[in-house]
Amino acid sequence: MNAGAAILWGLRRDLALAMRSRAEIAIVLVFFLLVTSLFPLGLDPDPVLLSKIAPGIAWVAALLASLLGLPRLFAGDHADGSLEQIALAAAPLPALVAGKVLAHWVATSLPLVLLAPLVGIQFGLEPVSTGILVATLLLGTPVLAWLGAIGAALTLGARGGAALLALLVLPLAVPVLVFGAGAVESSRAGLGAQAHLSLLAAGAILSTVFGPFVTALAVRISFE
Amino acid sequence: MNGAAAVGEDRLEVEDLACAAGIRILFDGVGFTLGPGQWIRLRGPNGCGKSTLLRALAGLGRPVGGTVRWRGAPTSDTREQWHAAFAYQGHLPACKDGLSAAENLHWQLALDGEASSPARLRELLGRVGIERQARLAYQRLSAGQRRRLGLARLVALHRPLWLLDEPTTALDADGQALFGELLDAHLAAGGLAICATHLDLPVGAAAIPLELGGRRGA
Repeated sequence: MNAGAAILWGLRRDLALAMRSRAEIAIVLVFFLLVTSLFPLGLDPDPVLLSKIAPGIAWVAALLASLLGLPRLFAGDHADGSLEQIALAAAPLPALVAGKVLAHWVATSLPLVLLAPLVGIQFGLEPVSTGILVATLLLGTPVLAWLGAIGAALTLGARGGAALLALLVLPLAVPVLVFGAGAVESSRAGLGAQAHLSLLAAGAILSTVFGPFVTALAVRISFE
Repeated sequence: MNGAAAVGEDRLEVEDLACAAGIRILFDGVGFTLGPGQWIRLRGPNGCGKSTLLRALAGLGRPVGGTVRWRGAPTSDTREQWHAAFAYQGHLPACKDGLSAAENLHWQLALDGEASSPARLRELLGRVGIERQARLAYQRLSAGQRRRLGLARLVALHRPLWLLDEPTTALDADGQALFGELLDAHLAAGGLAICATHLDLPVGAAAIPLELGGRRGA
């Protein structure tokens, strides 16, 4: 099987499986909305303050929500032996893994991106800032997905894998968080968000190019 | 034999293979040559490394020594061709609880690049006697029916070499007879197989015995 067919297999299979466990995906989305909704309740409901902290809160919530769904990515396949057969398939493993991560991103991160305007309205963000927030999430969540995929593959079979995964991935996600949340602030200050968006896009490209190979290697290591 | 001539160059050569669990050597000096139509019955006490040997051959886990050659080429150098040469069936089913028997088979075959029509899936499930369970969720199948689903995958993949770990566990008498027929047909068509098992398999073709762990008694 060539790389294209392998990516398609991973994507279609994992999306089909995700459709069977919609509740798990709904939990990620509800978590995202709940966390963002808690801040106005816990803080002073001052419109100026809220619109100032909105991008940061949306980003932290997106980061935590993406962590929540990560253990699903490989752990289930590892436990029932599917990952063995995937690793033994006569197809390039990086491509199979890429399809799985793409499906994971479509199922858990893309909805967050689409829900972000709702958060913008909630916090009284002006439309331009909301647009930038959506753009940063669109470019930043693939980086988070790949960092998470590498972490998830590395923690396969480890006891307390989910907690370990969070400890492993969160520090690495800090740059994404800084540039993601900083973009809106920078555009408000009149500096434009282009530099931030370019850096996030570079990160997205870099992680998408190298992520599959690193993740595939981590999956192979998990069987040794 | 016609089939043997068609895949005449299929040959598995294992030389001086050694595997370890942690720092303990499970076995060493294992060597054999397997040609078309031959199969190995792998035996030994629990914990002697039967599963480890099969996994090491498949490439899941690294042996500490020795070489494995398929058609004369070391398997570690030609990973994709090697992966296309064998079907591995371990203790784990590689099936999803939420999917039906037919859907599980569909995705397994698709991973091999084989598109499967509903009719083809029904035919395959029929051959292993679980046609009526095609739409049943995997988690509701009995242990024996799950094994039969695994056999359906083996038959459908058309791989020259079968690496099977305890293939007849949980199968009833009919199921074991079915497995024997399938393995015989596979061997008659020039296939190769290595089966780790404690049970006597109802296979017509004589097996090459391979005993692990005899001298250590571990």
